[in-house]
Amino acid sequence: MAGKAADRRNREALVSHLIQVGFLVGLIVIWYLAATRWGVNRLLLPDPVAVYDNLFDILRSGEFIDDLKTTLGELAVAFAISVSGGVTLGYLISRSPYWIEVFEPLFAAIYSIPIILFLPLFVLFFGLGPASKIALGASISFFPIVINTIAGFGHVDRQFVMAARSMGASDYHLFRHVLLPAAAPVILTGLRMGFTTALLSIIGSETLASLAGLGHRIVHLAEAMEMARMFAYIVFVVAIAVSLNAIVSALEARGKRN
Amino acid sequence: MILGDGMTTAEAAIRVRSVFHQFGEEGDQRFVRALADTSLDVAHGELLCLIGPSGCGKSTLLNIIGGLMEPSSGTVEVQGQPVRGPLPRDIAFVFQENSLFPWNTVIENIELGMTFQGVVKSKRAARAAAALETVGLKEFAQHYPAQLSGGMRQRAALARALSLETAILLMDEPFGALDEQTRMILGEDLSVLLARHRKTIVFVTHSLGEAVFLADRVAVFSARPGRIKQVISVNEPHPRKPEFVTSAKFTSLRNELYGLLHDEIRKAVQQSAAPDTLQAGMGPA
Repeated sequence: MAGKAADRRNREALVSHLIQVGFLVGLIVIWYLAATRWGVNRLLLPDPVAVYDNLFDILRSGEFIDDLKTTLGELAVAFAISVSGGVTLGYLISRSPYWIEVFEPLFAAIYSIPIILFLPLFVLFFGLGPASKIALGASISFFPIVINTIAGFGHVDRQFVMAARSMGASDYHLFRHVLLPAAAPVILTGLRMGFTTALLSIIGSETLASLAGLGHRIVHLAEAMEMARMFAYIVFVVAIAVSLNAIVSALEARGKRN
Repeated sequence: MILGDGMTTAEAAIRVRSVFHQFGEEGDQRFVRALADTSLDVAHGELLCLIGPSGCGKSTLLNIIGGLMEPSSGTVEVQGQPVRGPLPRDIAFVFQENSLFPWNTVIENIELGMTFQGVVKSKRAARAAAALETVGLKEFAQHYPAQLSGGMRQRAALARALSLETAILLMDEPFGALDEQTRMILGEDLSVLLARHRKTIVFVTHSLGEAVFLADRVAVFSARPGRIKQVISVNEPHPRKPEFVTSAKFTSLRNELYGLLHDEIRKAVQQSAAPDTLQAGMGPA
């Protein structure tokens, strides 16, 4: 009986995957038809085959490596800053109901502001190089991380804390065996959200004001009207972003299971 | 105010003297007088049930005895020593529900309790296995709490408390969230267990039948602010047989408790219905 139900679930999952793939294939077919049959200007919309050839060339020549290094380096530093700052500050705030009451709504309010608006300011402060991207990425990803850390550590079931204390748990025991595992799922979600927003804001800001990086390369190609190559880079960036997010989501799921 | 039946001080495992407790400050929205002038002795090896209307401060008293809360005034002594904080070597708790850590398996939960208490690593595994065997959960050592039924979770929580090998067990409505039948079985098993371990136990319950079935003495609380209205002795040896439930003695004790409690429960219901105390009702856990 269980086997049958599992079979049906598998079949349903397969069908929904087929629909998803079909949808994407359909989009590419429309794109191909638009570029080759319906007379859309080639300067605006290159032929997918040309894009594929360019992508192949980019990968084979390895010309993407410097830009990829720049972007991933900015991402790594920004994320390291926002994780260490957000988790530490979130934990400290979560120790007092008073500070939670003060800071939780404040951070939630700031989180709803589009911080990308401050990019010109960051550029003035830190220049056109990686520093301004790091500052922007770190500030944007700090908020989901600190908010979730406060929520995770600040709302641990009192029953668990009482039970642990009654058995003689020290402060270290309480942190290691009660607070941390209770808070981890919420904090991990915050880290994933922080990572995604850092990635988006860094690539986005590279397209607006920068000297290097994948976002910069795409804008540069657009200005040179090398549309097929620009599209190839977009496909490349999408693939990188999708794989990074998949890795982070998998890590999150694994962290929650333990 | 109310002491044991001619018990001398030396015999008492737990001594509670003139304990008052309030939540919040007078004039506060959430101000609640939870306990008023409560005194009580629990003898070594005795099982004392605390019974009373919701919000009368039974659980508060239990937490004060266990050093998890400080009374507003009054003193508590355990094994002759004044209580100033948790006493993990003397006292183990069993709470109503959800006190097992959901991120640990049953066996990990039990071993973790011993880690907190300071048991050396080499002894933990054997003691955890023995405790699990005692409560009949040997097969479920590797399960997570969420994979167990409510009754099994409470057995596991009891195993964790037993593994700590304390002289005193404080049980806060341990079967309160279970259905009547599971409750009955767990009550019978507990009685058998207790006869073997000779622990001092304070057991908070809402159930008249559970109180009579398990207790050596039953302390009946008044409505808020809780004080002990009367203490009834059960005088029936442990382990209690299932037949005890259908005996005339059981019925008459149960009726006596019902008579003592009925008016207090009415008072408590009126308290919680009065608009000015609605907020207050949320105070004590």
